[in-house]
This record gives sequence, structure tokens and C-alpha cells, in this order.
Amino acid sequence: MAGQNEFVRKVAEKKYEFGFTTDVQTEIIDKGLNEDVIRVISAKKGEPDWLLQFRLEAYRHWLTMKQPAWGHLTLPEIDYQAISYYADPTKKTTDDGKKEIDPELIKTFDKLGIPLEERLALSGMAVDAVMDSVSVKTTFKEKLAEKNIIFCSISEAVREYPDLVRQYLGSVVPYRDNYFAALNSAVFSDGSFVYIPKETRCPMELSTYFRINARETGQFERTLIVCDEGSYVSYLEGCTAPMRDENQLHAAIVEIVVMDNAEVKYSTVQNWYPGDENGKGGVLNLVTKRGHLRGVNSKLSWTQVETGSAITWKYPSCILSGDNSQAEFYSVAVTNNHQVADTGTKMIHLGKNTRSTIISKGISAGKSENSYRGLVKVGSKADGARNYSSCDSLLLGSECGAHTFPYMDVHNNTATIEHEATTSKINEEQLMYCNQRGISTEEAVGLIVNGYAKEVINKLPMEFAVEAQKLLSVSLEGTVG
Amino acid sequence: MKSEQQYIDFYDEAGAQIRGRSCDVMNDARDRAIGVFRDKGFPTRKVERYKYTDVAACFEPEYGIALGPLDVADSPYVTTIGRGGVTATRHYATVADMDDPLTALNTALAHDGVLIHVPRGVRVETPIQVDNWLRGDVPTMMNRRMLIVLEQSAEATIIIHDHADDGQRFLSTQVIEVVVMDNSSLDMYEVEETNKSCSRFSNVYVRMGRDCRVKHNSITLNNGLTRNLCDVYLQGENSEVTLNGCAIGDGEQHIDNNTLIDHQVPNCVSDELYKYVLDDMSVGAFAGRVLVRKDAQKTSSRETNSNLCASPEARMYTQPMLEIYADDVKCAHGSTVGVMDETALFYMRQRGVPEALARMLLKNAFMGQVIDQIRYQPLRDKLFVKVEKRFRGELEKCGVCGLCK
Amino acid sequence: MLEIRNLHATVAGKEILKGIDLTINDGEIHAIMGTNGAGKSTLSNVIVGNPTYEVTEGAITFNGQDLLAMSTEERAHAGIFMSFQTPVEIPGVSMTNFMRAAVNARRAARGEEPLKSTEFLKIMREKRKLVEIDQKLMNRSVNEGFSGGEKKRNEIFQMAMLEPSFCILDETDSGLDVDALRIVAEGFNKLRKEDTSAMVITHYQRLLDYIKPDVVHVLIDGKIVKTDGPELAVRIENEGFDWIKAELDNEK
Repeated sequence: MAGQNEFVRKVAEKKYEFGFTTDVQTEIIDKGLNEDVIRVISAKKGEPDWLLQFRLEAYRHWLTMKQPAWGHLTLPEIDYQAISYYADPTKKTTDDGKKEIDPELIKTFDKLGIPLEERLALSGMAVDAVMDSVSVKTTFKEKLAEKNIIFCSISEAVREYPDLVRQYLGSVVPYRDNYFAALNSAVFSDGSFVYIPKETRCPMELSTYFRINARETGQFERTLIVCDEGSYVSYLEGCTAPMRDENQLHAAIVEIVVMDNAEVKYSTVQNWYPGDENGKGGVLNLVTKRGHLRGVNSKLSWTQVETGSAITWKYPSCILSGDNSQAEFYSVAVTNNHQVADTGTKMIHLGKNTRSTIISKGISAGKSENSYRGLVKVGSKADGARNYSSCDSLLLGSECGAHTFPYMDVHNNTATIEHEATTSKINEEQLMYCNQRGISTEEAVGLIVNGYAKEVINKLPMEFAVEAQKLLSVSLEGTVG
Repeated sequence: MKSEQQYIDFYDEAGAQIRGRSCDVMNDARDRAIGVFRDKGFPTRKVERYKYTDVAACFEPEYGIALGPLDVADSPYVTTIGRGGVTATRHYATVADMDDPLTALNTALAHDGVLIHVPRGVRVETPIQVDNWLRGDVPTMMNRRMLIVLEQSAEATIIIHDHADDGQRFLSTQVIEVVVMDNSSLDMYEVEETNKSCSRFSNVYVRMGRDCRVKHNSITLNNGLTRNLCDVYLQGENSEVTLNGCAIGDGEQHIDNNTLIDHQVPNCVSDELYKYVLDDMSVGAFAGRVLVRKDAQKTSSRETNSNLCASPEARMYTQPMLEIYADDVKCAHGSTVGVMDETALFYMRQRGVPEALARMLLKNAFMGQVIDQIRYQPLRDKLFVKVEKRFRGELEKCGVCGLCK
Repeated sequence: MLEIRNLHATVAGKEILKGIDLTINDGEIHAIMGTNGAGKSTLSNVIVGNPTYEVTEGAITFNGQDLLAMSTEERAHAGIFMSFQTPVEIPGVSMTNFMRAAVNARRAARGEEPLKSTEFLKIMREKRKLVEIDQKLMNRSVNEGFSGGEKKRNEIFQMAMLEPSFCILDETDSGLDVDALRIVAEGFNKLRKEDTSAMVITHYQRLLDYIKPDVVHVLIDGKIVKTDGPELAVRIENEGFDWIKAELDNEK
């Protein structure tokens, strides 16, 4: 097809929509990482001593570890001393010395489609907006407080609810878990904290929007969600970053605890800056996300739409300890140009009659590499455990790669595990059919890919689903090979 | 490096003796091979392809190393590598991955091997059978080597059957290199019917030209610890490879199959089916990687691994992998671990079939799907009987080999 | 032959049978009719001993034996046969091997020697002709790739092989066209001996035109609410179950 090369070129040239920077007075500490830096971060946040000790222990452990080399990707050498670990854009002070939010910040989030004024807010959504290392504002806090729901930045939670934080922080992802988890535990900045008390259905979607702005900084957010017995919450996460020539490091941890009969839905639309068409720059997205289904009949579902980042290395996981607990993982990962994604999930079945479902859709274009990597493990006591996994890959172009690396470890003979995967290119007949009906190839690919990803997109809350569909089109328009 | 040292020491002491009993082509590869082994040692479980078997532990006990002459009666197509002349020289050590530590150890220690050579245009009607008998008065290690060469437009069926004497421990390494030239067809069956004191490390490497057809079937009926590697390199267009395997485990048996199908050129087809039935404390592992390289357009590949765990302590690890760099392909893989079909079980019991028999019939039927793939009918019939006997618990060991007659 | 007293049974903790009393004498045919979900299939599955169903109360005796203490296969050996509503496919197990296992297990239970292969195949051949089932199907795996009609006919063939004294026909008419229905029913009638009893579960009079019941029971919500002669089935065919429900409401 003659038009295709042209098409591929056009896509490659497609500009990253969120690549602007905000000019705002930002307090950045000196580059480098050592115990003093950690003490400074902790002091700036006014943290209690136990948390400082937690950070220091994590840091000391990190020093003994090596950057992981597994995965279908090559991480560039990261100079951990060339990064600043704390950047606070909220330090604008008025003439009389009082702190206030720089209107530039509000404008930035407006531009990103995240209004921070409650009267302008998307209906039914509360937002915690985080730029660089600091939470800018959390909306609807008071309204949620009426139901005793806590939704605030994790820094605030450490101050206001130290016992809750101390009880759960590091309980799902211990700092020893992996290299980046140790790093995050040492230097984590902001992120969100959610606590849903017993028998409470959270009345609105909770959302955190992460934005990297400052140059040569890393973002190390930390999110902790605790959903107590019989409760429900739906949580959304979005992220963008400006276009920079150098890689930016993003090493986050998300921990979720789900008690008896509780349900958490966690959705991500990840659109960090992916680097340019030559593979220059872009965010290194190295994330540890894990949920612990502690309670009986608990439910957790991860839904992710991954379109950004130069390198994505993340495996949102579930530990199904509670009997009859259910976990889901729905993922669409799109890679284009020189992007690399190695993503998937782990489902660790420990309780009886636990169920998990994995639906993964990979779409590769340009010169990208897109891998699904997943583990389904059934422990010896997980009688009647069931898993169904389906991992499909779509290849758009002949210079990209699509890979599937599923691992299944079954230690119980009453378990039923099914895995299936297919890899194919876009269906020429469908394309032809669309063309014949007068739909351009570009548009047809968008349609077909959206149809292909629909099973996952449908799992997203409405506002995000629309956003995700747009993103898919932007990332993929015209990538037929 | 404790495990490794005894083999290195042995080589240092007996190297000259091995060389003396061997031939130039094998000796030429020997020094480099021992070098690789010295550098790498046994692969640990951190090495991806060896994550399910603790190799070093298997090689740790002391074994006498067999260096006796190879008992091969020359026939039109079968001889030893030592007597193999130009065919051996041309192909020996050209297919195997010489950087694999176990292949390296085998290359360093094997002093001779079997050569099967089918010349251009020859169709060998009767299957060629190779029987490996593990015998010894002391715990013995065997390092078996084979080279199979099918020239253009040749056709052959090869059956390789492992037996072992009772009451002795055996450790064997095996490297089989297979060269299948254009327009040839090979059916290759490996049947392991040893016993629980045998450990087997087998590496099979197959290189295929264009318009070829290769069928490899690996059947583990009885064993102690088995680790089979099978790598297939598709280097010519319009070729077709089928990899099948079945494994029956009980007691503390350990069966680890690791395969690679490497599609290097366009228009090839691969089809893979492995099945396991695991009882008692047995452990099964299957890792199958299908690699479709950048230019291998129009590849069609299917990979399936199905497993039945029949006891609470049995464990199964399965890992079907697709790694794809070409866009115009059709690739699918699937893997299941499950329990017996309870509805079928109930139906059979309603007809009066006792539960134990019903379970046996279902296990048999499950394996039947792989045995059905065997194209050489006498072997297929024998294996159906043997599998059934195995499930009935009547086939404790090989006894007198019934396969070969 | 069969006596059921105050039978209660549950599936996954939910009570389906709520006190069934039923006596079937030698040579009698009983039809069980009722709305969907009334418990008809549960009743037949409990009688044959499907482990999915749990009996919580009551007793079943079969020719004086405590049926509930017996395993599924022991019940089969005692002479109970069920023609399944949806016979399961068993890939890889050939019909011939399957039948041989079933016939010989039954013989073993009665202290008889297993049949010689030639004898067995001869019996297969005879019974096959009796129910007009194609030889080709015998070479296939159990029910695999059989059409709906072939599956039902295969059930009757197995009945012929196993010569039961008590048959349960669980919606044998579902999914059959008239011709197939006639062949299956005629097959059943041919096989039936004077003292063979049967429990026929059906929604329709159609099947009962061929297999004439002595008694008709109506099962609603886990209980037998009405028992009468064959004319009851005709009335249900014409008027449905509403009038019976109305009667019940009036009694209350």
C-alpha cells in the first residue's frame, strides 16, 4: 500500500500534546543522593523520626542492590547523582510572606484538562494535583470528609494521620522488594493517600494527576490506598511531562490494601513524554504497583492505558490472600517510535476459590518493542483457584517487536489456569472494507485499533475512557505497516 | 564451583586418554568446549533457560565416567562419528550452541558418538533405532553424542530409546545435532523409559533447510530427573516443524522441557504440543519460546501446553513465550493447567465405570492427543499400550524393551 | 423398586428439593413434569449420585438397598441408568473402550468374568442394530462431534448395552425432531422388559405419546404437588401449569 509509508511518517511526526513547560518559581535542592539529602527531604516535609528512619533504612538497603537487568529492555545508565530528588513549585510567597499557589500552576493544570477549582471540576471527581515533588491542591476534601473519607497528599497524611500511614506504608511493597522500590522508599516525595472507612461507598471518583515540570529532577511519588471492610472506591491516575532531551526518571510505588468485602478499582492513563521520533529523551517509567486483597470476597481491578514513556517497566500485581477474592488486570499498551514497554501483571493466588482475569492488548508501531510479562502463581493452599489470561499483540509496521512472556507456577491440583495469546498484524480485509466505504486508512486504523482495545477501554470510568480513546488515536494514527 | 571442579579435574587428568580414544573432529572442538565450561560452570537457576532445574546439584554426586568403546554395528546409514569421515568433519559442532555449558561439557567429555547419515535422495523405509542402555557396576555418567545428517530429498524415521538397569544411579548428558537439508523429511522419536535413579540432560539442535519437514516427539514415560532442551533453527523457506512431547510424572520425578523454535526466514510453519500428567510429588516444567525474526514474514506458529495435576503435591511450571519481530505473522500460544473434567468423570461413573478406571481412561485420553501424532504406526500402537500400562502402574520400568521388536 | 422419602437436596447451598415422596413399583413408568427450575433434573441427579448435589434430609431405597450410601458406579451396577439431558463429550476415549469398561465393571460387580473381546464386539453389533446407530459413531470418541440426535440415540444404545432395571430419561426429547424422537422412544420400548421401571422427565406430551406413563407427577418448587393418571399430561400440554398453581393457592 503506497500510502502507508507516508502514513507512518506522519504519525512519527505527531507532536506530543503535553510537552510544554511551566515557568514557575521552583525550589530545587542540589543534585545528588546521600543520607543528608534524605534528611533534607524529610525535614522539608516535617516528617516524624520513624519515617526518616524508614527512608534511611531503605536507602542503605538500596546501596547494596544492583539495577535490574532482566526484562526485554535495556535501561540506559542512570546517574543517580545527577538528579535532584526534590523540586517544589509551590514556594511562591506573597509580599507579606504568606504562601500561596502560583496562578501559573492553576493554569498549567487547566491546560492539562484538570481544573483545580471545584466549581469547574469534572462532575463527580475529586483531584489531587501533584507537580514534581509536591501536591499542589486536593479538591473536594471537605465534601469527602463528611463521609470520613480521607483523600489528601501523602505528606499531609503523614502529618494528620501518622498512625494510619505507619500501619500500612511498606506493608504491601516493602522497601526490599526491588531496586526501584528501595530507591522510592528512600526519597519518595508526594502522592496520594486514600482511606475509605468501613461500609462506605466513595461518592466520587478520586483522581491524582502527576506532572513532571522541573528539569533534571526525578519524580518519586508514593500512593497508598486503604479500603476498609465493605467499602468501595474508584481511583484514577493520570500523568504527563514536558518534552526534554534528557531522560527523566519516574520511580513510583502504589500500595493498595483491600479488606473483607471491599472493592477497589484503580485506573491509569499513562502519558508521560515518550521521547522524540529518534528516541531522544522521554520518561523512564519504573513503577511498582501492588494490591493486597487481604479480606474475604475482596476485589481489586487494575486498568491501564499506557501510551507514553520512553521505557515502561511496570507490573501492577495482586496478592489474593482472602478467600473468594477476585482480581482483574486490563491493559492496553501502545508503543511507537523508539518506545519500549515491558509490562504485565502478577497474580499470586494464596486464598481458596480466588479468581483472576488478565486481559492484555499490546500494540506496537514504529521501531518500538512491546512485551507482556506476567506471572500467575497458585500457592499450595489456594484450592479451587482460577485464572484466565488472554494476551493479544497487534503489530503495525515491520520494524517493531511484540512479545509475550507468561509464567505460570501451579502448586495446587484443584486450580484451573488458562492462558492464550495471539499475535497478528492489522486485518487487511477490515482495512479494505473501511476504505471501500470511503474511510481513510488513517481513520480506519484508529477505528480498528480502538475496537481492538475496547474490551479494556470499557473498564475505564467514562471521563477517562474518552480521554484514552483520544490518546490511542493520537499515538497511533497512521501506523499501518 | 564445587560441582564443576570434579569434571574439570577429570578432564585435566584424563583429557589425553579421551583424545587418544577419540577422533580429530571431536578433539578439535574439545579445548574450546572445556574453556567455555571452565568459564561458565553449571548454569544456576537465575539463568532464564535453566530456572526450573538445579543443574549443579545433579552433577554433584560422584560418578564413574564411561569411556568404553561405542557399540555400533555399521549399517548403510549408521556408523560412529569417529568413522564418519567427511560427513562428520563437515557438520560436527556446527549446529549446537557451543556456548551452552552442558553442551560444552558433553563436547569436552564425549569421545565418540553415533552418526546417522542419509545420502541425497534416499528414503529409508525401516525406522532407524538407537537404543541407549544405561549399565554399570558403579554410579556411572555417560556423555552421549549424536550427529544426524539428512542430505537433500532424503527421508528417515529415527527412534531413540533410553533404558536403564535397576539398582544403579546414572547421569547422562546428550547432545544431538541434526542437519536436515533441502526438501528432506525426518521423523524423530525419543522415548525415555529409565527409572527414578537416572538423571538426563539432553540438548537437541535441529537446523532445517528449505521445503523440509521435521517432526520431533519426546516421550518421557519413566525417569528420575529429566531436562530436555530442543532448539530448532528454520533457515530455509517453506519448511514445517512439529515439536511434540508428553510426560508422565509420579513419585518425585522431575521433567523439564525447554524448547526454542527460531523462525529465521519467511513462510515457515511451526506447531508445538506438549502435555503433562503429574501425580504424587512430581514436578513438571515447560518453557517454549517461539522467536520470529525480522524477516520471517508469513510465519505461522501455534504452541500449546496442557497439563493435568492429579495430586495436591504435584507442581507445574509453564511458560509459553512469543517473541515476534515481523508483522505479517499468525502466532498463537496457549497453556492450561487443570483438573480432570468432573462432568466426564460423573458420566462414566453413571455408566458403572469405577472412578479409578474412569480417571485412568481420562488420563490416557489426555495423552492420546500427543501419541496420535506419531506417524510410525507400530510405535504409536506400542506407546498407547505403554502409556495405559504406565497409568495402571504396571510399567514400573522398561524391563525387556518391547518397543523395538 | 424405588422409594423416595422426604428427600431434601441442595446445590451450592441452595435448597432445590424440599421434601419429595415417590414410590415407583416394578414395571411402572412415571412421568415427571414441571416448570423450569422446579427441581426435575436435581431429582434425577440425586438418584444417580451426582456429587454436585447434596442430600440434606430423607432417604432413597432401591430394591431394598440404601441408595444414598452407594457410590455413583455402585448405583449403576445395581441397575440404574440415566439418559442425560446433555451428554458430555469425552475426547480421546473411544466409544468401544468406554463401553467395554462399563460392561466389564458391571460384570465384575456381579462376580462375572469379563467378556471376551469377540463376544463383546458381537453384543455391540447386535445392540447397535437394535437402536439403529451408525458404526462410524462407535469408532469416535464418546459423543465427540455427535449431532444432538446422535447423542440421544447413543444414550439409548448404552442403555441397551447395560440392560438397566430402572431408567431415568432426563428430557430425552429436548432438541430432537419428530423422527429422531420416534426412533429413540421406540428403541426404549424395544429394550424395556416387563419389570423395567422408568422415570421420564419431560416438558411435553409428545414423548409420552410413545412412552406411555402409568403415573404423572407435577413437580413445582421442589415438591410433588399433584399426581394422577396419563390424562394429567394431556391437560398440562393443553393448559400449562397455571391451573395447578391456582389450585395450590386456593388450598392455602
